[in-house]
Amino acid sequence: MLPKINIRLAENRVNTSVAVNQRVPKIFTPGEIISEQKEFMRGHGTYEEDVYLKASVAGVKEQVNKLVSIRPLKSRYNGEIGDVVVGRITEVQQKRWRVDTNSRLDSILLLSSVNLPGGELRRRCAEDEHMMRQYLQEGDLISAEVQNVFSDGSLSLHTRSFKYGKLSQGVMIKVFPSLIKRSKTHFHNLPVGASIILGNNGFIWISSTVSNEEDNVGGFVQNLEEVVPRTDRETIGRLRNCILALAQSKIMLYDTSILYAYEESLKYNVADLLIPEAMVDISILTQHKLNLSENA
Amino acid sequence: MSLCEAEKTFILHGVEENFRNDGRERSQYRPMELETNIVAHAFGSARLRLANTDVLVAVKIEVDVPTIDQPSEGKIEFFVDCSANATPDFEGRGGEDLAMEIMNSLTNAYKSTKAFNLSKLCILKGRKCWKLMVDILLLECGGNLYDAVSLAVKAALWHTEIPRVLSVNLDGNNVELEVSEKIHDCIKLDVTSAPIMVTISKIGEHCVVDPSSAEEQCATAAVVVAISQNRFTTILQTGSGSLHPNTLIESLTLGSQIASQLDTALIEVLQQKSGEKPIGFLL
Repeated sequence: MLPKINIRLAENRVNTSVAVNQRVPKIFTPGEIISEQKEFMRGHGTYEEDVYLKASVAGVKEQVNKLVSIRPLKSRYNGEIGDVVVGRITEVQQKRWRVDTNSRLDSILLLSSVNLPGGELRRRCAEDEHMMRQYLQEGDLISAEVQNVFSDGSLSLHTRSFKYGKLSQGVMIKVFPSLIKRSKTHFHNLPVGASIILGNNGFIWISSTVSNEEDNVGGFVQNLEEVVPRTDRETIGRLRNCILALAQSKIMLYDTSILYAYEESLKYNVADLLIPEAMVDISILTQHKLNLSENA
Repeated sequence: MSLCEAEKTFILHGVEENFRNDGRERSQYRPMELETNIVAHAFGSARLRLANTDVLVAVKIEVDVPTIDQPSEGKIEFFVDCSANATPDFEGRGGEDLAMEIMNSLTNAYKSTKAFNLSKLCILKGRKCWKLMVDILLLECGGNLYDAVSLAVKAALWHTEIPRVLSVNLDGNNVELEVSEKIHDCIKLDVTSAPIMVTISKIGEHCVVDPSSAEEQCATAAVVVAISQNRFTTILQTGSGSLHPNTLIESLTLGSQIASQLDTALIEVLQQKSGEKPIGFLL
């Protein structure tokens, strides 16, 4: 028996908004007139045309005294020093890797800002330069921290800690960077039996919990032999679908919200979480639970 | 976007386990969303969204001269446009190969008279016929393009309305057509037997339907079958790998089962009364 195929008309689309009694701010669309130009100063996301100040991106208005700017709803990642990011290597260059971190420009990971296997502090020699592709090659996923922001907005990353490094088996999903709530730690070992890395750049990594921390050699090993057991796989799949459900309803993502969503989702099959109704149901229940715990 | 070995291994083991990354079984489809008649100036249009794959199809009609080989048949032409919005790879001429491949496969799939009867599009034998121009715009690629395109094409053709020709006057060599003046006096096409394409990817040792773009990268080979009323109209193989005869037979059987199921699901949706509430692309 084959599983049922679900096709729906767009007009039967479910409303993904979970805003209850919340005022939805006015959203400006590109080209929409914000005001007469004379009275206000032109900020980010706006431009002047004729005598008007117009929005150049879709977003909400933010005003500081006379400075008007439009904050876009969806945007690329604007990095800040200290952010935890998940990225994908796009290019191996001389003494550095290029990393896609969902920013406007590719980020850079210098050979001198990684912990090389076998000894923490040692000089980078020409040998290391030749070995670069063996450490990290194109397509590899890494977790890293933003070390520096260059003047053009591109980021310099570092992985000088045991918690950063190459990522092994698991799933990466992409959400809007603005949905990731900033917190003390972005690495979580969830009690449901999976680890997640909530990258500030909107890339989220879900994997089964790593137990053998001690033989971690700078994070350049991938265990391709290991088969992730079915139970772990279900947890990872469920977390993935829950996070996507929350992201669709624009709920902030952090450990508590994800755990709540996971708990609420247990009544569904993992595959059923792809159906829009189920996704909204989980989002509403999660939002409700979050509101309750906030008020308590 | 290319995946790393570890991610590929994870997907591969998942397929073996019959539990894919998003929890689906091997033979399970992702939910889809369909909207019809959204392009005002087209004779029929449809937009299909399958997870991250977004396809817009519009049908235009023209009066044309039938070919000499088939004087009593109309024409159907497909044109695929890969928007660079979908993926940066499509920029410039990047999407042309893919577009050509989809175009050719659609043309082949619709060639058979049993799949799509062109004789209804004939106005005057040997002189005048309707030409359907099916424009396909790929707005976003999230895997499984062929299936999405074929479903959207069928939906657009389903809603295509051809103006009713009241009379044909022959004046020497000139053919004059008198088309009904009433806008709503139209003929609907019969597309119940229009082919549906299903992609079956071979990941590891198993066949998978509706692959996501990540899964497509792990596939060693893929077979696309076009099926109309339980009959194969086209089969093509994509990807570099080869298929074992047993796997081929297995994937063809799976393909035809899935196609008939997809077909029923699609027609069920198309028959639903659609209100005049346009949704469009703005979420």
